[in-house]
Amino acid sequence: MINVIAAASAVVAASGAEGEEMPSVLAVPIDELIIGIIAFLIVFGGLAKLALPKIKQTLEERTDAIEGGIERAAKAEAEAKNLAEEYRAQLAQAREEASAIRTQAQADRSAIIEEARAEARTAAQQVTAQAEAQLAADRSQATSALTRQIGELSVTLAGKVVGQSLDDDARVRQTVEDFIADLERQATG
Amino acid sequence: MSADVVVASGGLDCHLMSGCGFPAPGAEIFQFDAIYTFTIGSLAFHITKVTFLLLLCVVLILGFFIYAFRSPKLVPRGAQNVGEMGYLFIRDGIAREAMGKEGDKFVPFLFSFFFLVWLSNFMGIVPFAQIPVTSIFAIPVAFAVVVYVTWVPIGIYKQGFFGFFKNMMFPPGVPKVMYVLLAPLEFMSNIIVRPATHAIRLFANMFAGHLLIASFSVAAFYLISASVVGVIGSVASFAVAVGLTGFEVLIQALQAYIFTLLAAVYIGGALHAEH
Repeated sequence: MINVIAAASAVVAASGAEGEEMPSVLAVPIDELIIGIIAFLIVFGGLAKLALPKIKQTLEERTDAIEGGIERAAKAEAEAKNLAEEYRAQLAQAREEASAIRTQAQADRSAIIEEARAEARTAAQQVTAQAEAQLAADRSQATSALTRQIGELSVTLAGKVVGQSLDDDARVRQTVEDFIADLERQATG
Repeated sequence: MSADVVVASGGLDCHLMSGCGFPAPGAEIFQFDAIYTFTIGSLAFHITKVTFLLLLCVVLILGFFIYAFRSPKLVPRGAQNVGEMGYLFIRDGIAREAMGKEGDKFVPFLFSFFFLVWLSNFMGIVPFAQIPVTSIFAIPVAFAVVVYVTWVPIGIYKQGFFGFFKNMMFPPGVPKVMYVLLAPLEFMSNIIVRPATHAIRLFANMFAGHLLIASFSVAAFYLISASVVGVIGSVASFAVAVGLTGFEVLIQALQAYIFTLLAAVYIGGALHAEH
C-alpha cells in the first residue's frame, strides 16, 4: 500500500507540474488523505461526545424500564394470586363456621325445647300439688268445721230432746255425753 | 444528466450521426479542480468538489445525529426513532456480532464509520453531487488507515508486542514445518494485504459503479439522433442508467456495511488472539 501511495503521489506530482496528463485514479494526494482522516475524526469526536452517549444511556434506561415493568407485573401477579388464595381460604373458613353455627343452633334449639318442656312439667306438677294440698286443707277445714257444727247442732238438738226428758233418764244423759265425747274425739282425730 | 456527463460526452453537439465518436468516460470523470486552496506549512490543501462533499457529509451526519439524540426519550419519536434504528443496527448487527458484548465500547467508532462511508457513497446518486466521495481513492485509504492504526495498537496492547505477532504468524494447530510458509504469508496477509484490500474493496466498488452509470448516461445522451438505432439505444441506455442507479443504492449501503463489519472483525481479532 505504501508503494501504491508513493507511486500515486509521484504521478500526482508529475501531473500537477504538467497540468495536461491525467493522474492515476489510484493516486493518493496527501492533502486528500489528511482531509479524509480529519473528516472521520470530526464525525467520530462529535458523535462520541455529543450524540451517542445520550442515546446509549436512554437505551439502557429503556431496558431497565422494560425489565422493571416485567418484574413489577410479575410481582403484582404473585400478589394477586396470594390475595385470591387468602380470600378463598377465608371463604372456606367462613363457610365452615357458618355450618358449625347452624349445627350448634340446632342443638341449642332442641336443648331449649327440652328445658322448656321440663320447666312446664315442673310448673304443672307444682300447680297440681298445690291444688291438691289446698284441696286437702280445705277438706280438713270443712270437715272440722262441719264436725263442730254437727256437734253444736247435735247438742242443740239433743238439748231440745233432752230438755224434756233429760231429768228423767240418767241413761240418756250418759249416752249424750258419750256421743259428744265421741264427736270430740272424732273432731280432734 | 449532470453537467459533468455533458462535458465528458464531448460537448452538447456530439451525437451518433454528427460524425463524432463515442466519447467513453474514463478516469477524467474522477478528476476535480480545486475550488479553494490553502496551505498549512508547506502542504497545499486543495478543496475540490469531492473534499467539499466529504465535509458536507460530516456536517450532515453530525447535524442529524446531534439533532436526533439531543434529548432522547424513553419512547422514541421521529428523528430519534430513525437514529436509534441506526444505533441498534451498528450495536447488534455489527459490534456485538463481531466482538460480542465487548463490542459495545467500539459502537461510536463503528457507527461513525458506517454513516460516514454510507453517506459518502450515497453522494454518487445525489443530484448535483453525483460523485461517490469514496470513489476517490484517497478517501477510502484515509478510512482504512484509521482502522489500521486502531486495531494494530489494540492488538499490541492486548496481546503484547510479541504475543500479537506470534498469535498472528503462528496460528496453533498447524504442523511445525508449515510455519516456514505460513508465518510470512500470515504476516503479509494481515499487516499489508488486509488494509490495502480494505480500502480497495470500497474504492473499486464505488469507482466501478459510478463509471457504469456515467457510461450509460453518456451513451443515452450520445445516441440521441434521428435514427432507429439511436432512439432505441438512447432509451435503453437511459433505462439501464436508471436501473444501475437503483442497484447502486444497494451497493452503497452494502459496501458501507462491509467496510464497517471488517473494521469490527479486525478490532475483534486484535482484542483476542484467534484460536
